[in-house]
Amino acid sequence: MEKIQVKNVYKVFGPSPNQMLHFLEEGEDKETLFKKHQHTVGVNNASFTVEEGEIFVIMGLSGSGKSTLIRCMNRLIEPTSGEVYIDGENIITANRSRLTEIRRKKAAMVFQNFSLFPHRNILWNVAYGLEVQKVNAAQRNKKALEMLQLVGLQDYQNVKPGELSGGMQQRVGLARALATDADILLMDEAFSALDPLIRKNMQNELLELQSQIKKTILFITHDLDEALKIGDKIAIMKDGCIIQIGTPKEILCQPADDYVRTFTQDINQNEVIFKTKVPAKMMRKEEI
Amino acid sequence: MSFLLKIPIGDYAEKAVDWLTLNFSGFFDGVKVGLESIIEGISWFLMLIPIFLFVAIIMLAAWWLSGTGLAIFSGIGLLLIDNLELWQPAMETVSLVITTTLIAMVIGLPVGIWMSLSNRAERILRPILDFMQTMPAFVYLIPAVYFFDLGTVPGAVSTVIFAMPPIIRLTNLGIREVSGDLVEAAKSFGSTTSQMLFKIQVPLAMPTILAGLNQTIMLSLSMVVISAMIGADGLGKIVLQGITQMRLGDGLEGGIAVVIIAMILDRLTQGLGKENNKSGRMFIRLRLKKQNP
Repeated sequence: MEKIQVKNVYKVFGPSPNQMLHFLEEGEDKETLFKKHQHTVGVNNASFTVEEGEIFVIMGLSGSGKSTLIRCMNRLIEPTSGEVYIDGENIITANRSRLTEIRRKKAAMVFQNFSLFPHRNILWNVAYGLEVQKVNAAQRNKKALEMLQLVGLQDYQNVKPGELSGGMQQRVGLARALATDADILLMDEAFSALDPLIRKNMQNELLELQSQIKKTILFITHDLDEALKIGDKIAIMKDGCIIQIGTPKEILCQPADDYVRTFTQDINQNEVIFKTKVPAKMMRKEEI
Repeated sequence: MSFLLKIPIGDYAEKAVDWLTLNFSGFFDGVKVGLESIIEGISWFLMLIPIFLFVAIIMLAAWWLSGTGLAIFSGIGLLLIDNLELWQPAMETVSLVITTTLIAMVIGLPVGIWMSLSNRAERILRPILDFMQTMPAFVYLIPAVYFFDLGTVPGAVSTVIFAMPPIIRLTNLGIREVSGDLVEAAKSFGSTTSQMLFKIQVPLAMPTILAGLNQTIMLSLSMVVISAMIGADGLGKIVLQGITQMRLGDGLEGGIAVVIIAMILDRLTQGLGKENNKSGRMFIRLRLKKQNP
């Protein structure tokens, strides 16, 4: 069943974005639009579908519009035009209170720079999503503690985020997103700020976690290795456009154009194609 | 020869003040009675506390917020004020400062929050704040006397006007300085505007807001002598007598008392915003940590 459906989403930054749409429809690309009309294209006619329980990765280099696109899913950025359906409901036309409800209950987000609240301890950070829903203190603390146990940080509940390492902070970020029981996780370059080794561990843990919790995950990354490793499906973005959508195997074996090929040629194909998605063994906590 | 007529700004202002005094005298009388009773009430209460108890409380607060150094200084300073026989005017001054700071906060915090939420509000308020802050403080005394007669109240009102801008500005600044990432994160979890404000933005802006409070207190203390010119009680009166009667000794003693109070208040409010390693609360926290690690 499709969980998220994105149809012809455009986002143009500038003083009169709506007037730019027909230039894009006529086929002008990001560069010419900027040169001729001084408007910046964030997302150019993006459409895709994410099935329930799937990890859908959007991969692209910086400036490709991937972070803009993921923010259109919960309208942290308002798309200039297009439709986004979550569980069949068009969220672009949702009113303010409905949107707040969707953000609370349907889609939780994990951020590249963790964005933990520095004045709150870990437990209160994780409980934040429930707190704004006015869940009572006992209940939300219980839930937050469960989530901290899930990511292995229950001993740190009274610590402030600043005292934790990057990897630990991002697990708190993950726990905070999981605490609301939203079906959808929006992960915006969630592991990009971490060291390579820790990043690898976090990827494994995410896969392991996913096998238990079965969320629908929209994952943004600039790293094709990461995309291939965790993605059930991958969309590759360039200059605001989605160039190719496919399984990791399809991306590797049938790259849509030379741009995709430049990424895939460095990858050891056998490793990816024959990789089975068995989650890695649980890491010892000291390693992370 | 001037070929343009002088624009009669002054005349207009005088007419406006006349009109206000004529039509709103009831309102101004009400404000006067209200303010007077607050200021006198506080100073009556402060005078009620035995001096040694008062000194002990302040020293404890100084230790708690800042450390042993300030505690010793405030102890000696306050006893010196008492020794100079300036205790009553000092308490009148403190009461004036407390009252004006409270009023400035009650008005300034919401205005500062409003200013941070709306760019238009910021555009409108910024020149008004510049005006309030840079207009020579003496000028406020004139209409204040029209509205409230001579005494402590017109002094308090002009002090509020003069001292309010920092708390507004720094509340605005502090909230606007909260990282966009954190605001976005709070938004992504479905925070309403007020949840965002009171759970994220205001707590994170608190050090800046407290710096504004500190500035406001300092500015209102600096108005003490000026408002004595229209009959406000307190240390300002002592200093003013020193000036008008050319008695250096009196003026200096009053001045020293003002400086002592200013330093104590300044360090105390600075201590509110900072985690200081030497402060008493840290001392106790570390002790507790050592006992049960």
